[in-house]
Amino acid sequence: MIAESGHYALVLALGLALIQSVVPLIGARLRDVALMNVARSTALAQLLFVGASFIALVMLHVNSDFSVANVYENSHSMKPLLYKITGVWGNHEGSMLLWVSILALFGGLVAAFGNNLPLSLRAHVLAVQAWVASAFYLFILVTSNPFLRIASPPIEGRDLNPVLQDIGLAVHPPMLYLGYVGFSISFSFAIAALMEGRIDAAWARWVRPWTLVAWIFLTLGIAMGSYWAYYELGWGGWWFWDPVENASLMPWLSGTALLHSALVMEKRNALKVWTILLSILTFSLSLLGTFLVRSGVITSVHAFATDPTRGVFILLILCLFIGGSLSLFAGRATSLKQGGLFAPISREGALVLNNLLLTVACAVVLFGTLYPLAMEMLADFKMSVGAPFYNLTFAPLFTLLLLAVPFGPMLAWKRGDLLGVTQRLLAAGVAGLVAVAIAWGWATGGSTLAPLAIGLGVFVIAGAVTDIVERTGLVRLPFATVLHRARGLPRSSWGTAFAHAGLGVALIGIVCETTWNSEYIATMKQNDVAHISGFDVKLDGVLQRQGPNYREMIAEFNVSRDGAPLSVMTPSKRSFTTRGSSTTEAALLTRGASQLYISLGDANAEGAIAVRIYYKPMVLLIWWGPVLMAFGGVLSLSDRRLRVGAPKPARAKQRLQPAE
Amino acid sequence: MRRIMAAFALLMLLALPAAHAVQPDEIMSDPAKEARARELSRELRCMVCQNQSIDDSDAPLARDLRLLVRERIGAGDSNSQVLDFLVARYGEFVLLKPRFERQTLLLWLLGPLLLIGGGVALWLQIRRRARGGADLPAPPLTPDEQAKLAALKSEETKSP
Repeated sequence: MIAESGHYALVLALGLALIQSVVPLIGARLRDVALMNVARSTALAQLLFVGASFIALVMLHVNSDFSVANVYENSHSMKPLLYKITGVWGNHEGSMLLWVSILALFGGLVAAFGNNLPLSLRAHVLAVQAWVASAFYLFILVTSNPFLRIASPPIEGRDLNPVLQDIGLAVHPPMLYLGYVGFSISFSFAIAALMEGRIDAAWARWVRPWTLVAWIFLTLGIAMGSYWAYYELGWGGWWFWDPVENASLMPWLSGTALLHSALVMEKRNALKVWTILLSILTFSLSLLGTFLVRSGVITSVHAFATDPTRGVFILLILCLFIGGSLSLFAGRATSLKQGGLFAPISREGALVLNNLLLTVACAVVLFGTLYPLAMEMLADFKMSVGAPFYNLTFAPLFTLLLLAVPFGPMLAWKRGDLLGVTQRLLAAGVAGLVAVAIAWGWATGGSTLAPLAIGLGVFVIAGAVTDIVERTGLVRLPFATVLHRARGLPRSSWGTAFAHAGLGVALIGIVCETTWNSEYIATMKQNDVAHISGFDVKLDGVLQRQGPNYREMIAEFNVSRDGAPLSVMTPSKRSFTTRGSSTTEAALLTRGASQLYISLGDANAEGAIAVRIYYKPMVLLIWWGPVLMAFGGVLSLSDRRLRVGAPKPARAKQRLQPAE
Repeated sequence: MRRIMAAFALLMLLALPAAHAVQPDEIMSDPAKEARARELSRELRCMVCQNQSIDDSDAPLARDLRLLVRERIGAGDSNSQVLDFLVARYGEFVLLKPRFERQTLLLWLLGPLLLIGGGVALWLQIRRRARGGADLPAPPLTPDEQAKLAALKSEETKSP
């Protein structure tokens, strides 16, 4: 019954989405308030039904109802409850259902909190949202129905891929989808603006919080996924330039560009056409990501050709939405008036440079991901594009970007004074140079570029600090005034500083980890001691243990430094009998931002065991950086001007303050 | 029955692929040569894996390739000779960093071209517009917005 109800709820959601696609638009044409308001109720009802459908699938998984094919293929009765729930989106059908659920959630949020939007804009936005939703409901119902039954139900399921049986699966995909799908809102706003032929600074103000929310989730989602890969895959890699990762990085890059260009549009009424285009491109890249991951085209062009139904369907959706929106853009964009003039050297100019570098970086990733596919199909030339290519092409672009980052927020709008800003950034520059010198003197081995990169990271952080120091008047004003000014500073300024500093932090982490990472690979017997980066790691013994749905071999290591015992580390290796595969559970010892990392290989007949020990200096900074960026995003989101509701009239008290 | 199950489980265990990339028994005795081998391994693709270098992969093929790279280095090949050897055997597909040649021209040049082209175009555009004249006026308000504005204004005059 549950499966059928879930299936039926999904069909009803499709029906509601179809109504929402058409009726509000007719309402907007006829200026009929009641018809336009249909969008609101259908969006909320849609959320209700998709939510019901999603909960139905969760219940099927929790109850281990193996008469449903999706549960049989991805679950096991002995699996812990958490993984029974997360297993819902650990497979194709379930993850698509999560995708549309989040799409409906965003639609519902616009419907519920969009009261301050002009009625016809809201009607248009929700209608566009419903087009996307209808396409994906159809996709699920036609090609990937998660509620299909099996005629003769088996007694036991085939279990979830062991690599996915981790807390990471509980957090990473939902976050990533909140990011991907969140960009659908800015897409819908862009299409609505093109259809209405009306776009102004207020539009940017409405779009910005939604873009920011999506961006925050995408940032955290990517960082989370990277950390998951780092501890789960067993060799301490954290970014592989895998097409699946690129699929999430591309919307992040263009979404970051969008955040910045929307700022110019909001404050200065300029870059309108470009902002609209970026909104369309960002969501198009999200759709492309969905296509790349879900069609199997990246594993091989041939895998795609053997089972093409799903891939062709998503490809159709992709062409329809990207092609349609870009044609609409091409037809209407010229009618949008340009406003807000600015000199090349100005805050706007800096943000344009930011956009240029981010879009080029995004294009490089896009090209790198699709080029081998195109060459194989068109020229029958099999080639690979991997990490060494991206490192070579991506790094220079980001170096330029990071050099420019501290200048941007300090330049004035309209016409900036580059020389003046350079002088004000002198202290930050000196801090960067000192960092280069220290890194140079301290470092042993590694690339000569590494100290320079660390200096760049320090420069970016110091630049962000300088900006806040200048704005609050720290150093030159009395402390009480500084506190007052710090409190009065717009939250978005704090957000900018934190997000930009996060970039520097992440860069330092990346450089330290890749340059000064040390490793020890050997076969160890009981009581063997490994020496690495000043740590003594002694293998105390190996034991076997039975988990809920796996057997595991645990090795116990005693870690000490200069004779003083530090900790006991217990990496393990789990074997899942149902799938006949295994996972390595690395043991991590955190010291400051650095980590000692142990993972196990196979044991041989004499009881000796293959061990990999890494010391990764400053590795945690790689993920603290994005967390800082997301925190900056949250601060910016709580900025007064973006908070929902009309601002209260100014109180008399504020008029009495002296002008600064 | 239980014994059969146990035997079966053991079989499964043995059938598992080696868990890690570089194995202790593969490492060369000369650290300099080993470092070169590692560096090369990172640029070579494990052809049966999904976008993994042979340095990261635990597939048997990756192991074979790692051993082959070490064998060539041991025989005195330079880095480029090793790469040439592997390309001759397995094609360009094995290289994670594609060579700069006719088929990959566009891939390599796209980034610089876009950056320079985009930069020049933007600079010209901004300069042209900066000389163009004053700000354009904001679009006129719709009747709805005018009504809203009037309501807000009257509210403001009412409140003290």
